[in-house]
Amino acid sequence: MIRAQGLVKKFGDFTAVDNITFDVAKGEIFAFLGPNGAGKTTTIKMLTTLLRPTSGSVSLDGLDPVTHQTAARKQFGIVFQDPSVDDELTAYENMDFHGVLYSVPKKLRQERIEALLKLFELWDRRKDQVKQFSGGMRRRLEIARSLLHTPKIIFLDEPTLGLDPQTRNQLWNHVKKLNDEEQVTVFLTTHYMEEAERVAHRIAIIDHGKIVTQGSPDKLKAQTGTETLEQAFLALTGNTIREEEASSLDKMRTFGKAFRRVK
Amino acid sequence: MNVVYILWLRQLKRSARSKARIIGSFAQPLLYLLAFGFGFGSMFQRAGQGNYIQFLAPGIITMSILFTSIFAGIEVIWDRQFGFLKETLVAPVPRILIMVGRTLGGATVSVLQGMVVLGICLAVGFRTPSLPLLPLALVFMILTAVLFTAVGTALASVLPDFQGFQLVMNFLVMPIFFLSGALFPLGNIPRAMRIIANLDPLSYSVDGLRFALIGVTHFGIPLDLAVLCGVTAAALAIGGYLFSRIQV
Repeated sequence: MIRAQGLVKKFGDFTAVDNITFDVAKGEIFAFLGPNGAGKTTTIKMLTTLLRPTSGSVSLDGLDPVTHQTAARKQFGIVFQDPSVDDELTAYENMDFHGVLYSVPKKLRQERIEALLKLFELWDRRKDQVKQFSGGMRRRLEIARSLLHTPKIIFLDEPTLGLDPQTRNQLWNHVKKLNDEEQVTVFLTTHYMEEAERVAHRIAIIDHGKIVTQGSPDKLKAQTGTETLEQAFLALTGNTIREEEASSLDKMRTFGKAFRRVK
Repeated sequence: MNVVYILWLRQLKRSARSKARIIGSFAQPLLYLLAFGFGFGSMFQRAGQGNYIQFLAPGIITMSILFTSIFAGIEVIWDRQFGFLKETLVAPVPRILIMVGRTLGGATVSVLQGMVVLGICLAVGFRTPSLPLLPLALVFMILTAVLFTAVGTALASVLPDFQGFQLVMNFLVMPIFFLSGALFPLGNIPRAMRIIANLDPLSYSVDGLRFALIGVTHFGIPLDLAVLCGVTAAALAIGGYLFSRIQV
């Protein structure tokens, strides 16, 4: 369903993703794990047409996102690592906007929006602007939104960051259910090893832009002779803490916050 | 078509919901109108050029459209910062449609604002003798709004963050405004300045609007329209191209 072959992304001299190859089968839940700055988000961006690879190729359900951009984009839904809802629109408007962009017919759109907002317990707040929402509610809205157009593939880039255990639990249950019942392929990244262990069929560990190893959670544990996935992860990637340089985007966020305060 | 509409609608909703922006966008033209209009009014009259408010009002309306449009375009940077841009960039829709929808939305807001500023001008004593030409005034407002929203979008597509925004204001937007003939007649200015004014697309907006509202023109309407249509088409093409190349 998802296939990456010899994928490379360079930013100037820095190689963020260094010749990675993997294959995710239809109906599989695939976890992409790695320390900060390992290249997880860059990979997701290349898979989802936001970045053009320096070299190598991607295929989503047989479609190359570089040459068949629009068709490839229809195949997937994505929950980004950082927020991507419009603060000044209401929850319902955000959903509706998404439905129109993905050309979901009006009647079906209304039904699905209602079902999804109810499922994620946001229906009562549908008329509120998103800027009044807490972090967890925004996250739930983004997840609900990514499912609106019934994609075949879902990308979840650290979807549970900043969520309480209740919401996390609910989210993974829902993801598993979708995967079981509708054979939706899931590609996820997370820093919570127990989550990956719980939901993923297969795991790839990436560090310094390269895939260190991939296989089922049991295989990784057996390979490293460890008891838990967390220990296996540390055995494979070492104990050094990674420093990430602030991107221009992070700098701008800081500036934006200051600017808003002044305003 | 639905895509263009929903993006257009989003721009309108966002503008209508931001009260600070609405108030700010009327305060500025009013300040210019009062300070310049009444400040220089008697001098302008003594120089034999007639009533300055009459002359100035079309310039101030154009100014408010210029600023609002550039900001509407630059808003792409905000969307990039607050993440919403990604939602539109991964959608299975040609990016040019996204750009067109945004641009039309921003331009609509600017034109509405231009009309409100026209109302303010009328309230402080501006009189338009040529009511039948109001549709022509609207044409110039729309062209100007689309042009500069597209310019703002193009700039926002290449600026990584807000650091460059001050430069854009100081070295692009302010000169476009001050050298356009919005504040003074282009008839008797030094040659170098006239060359710049002739190259400034806003000069043709101001001139066209001035003709539509008070019947005075420097370049003539056919030239105004031709230049504006050409530059607007080019800005849309460049803005659309740059927007479709955005990577986040």
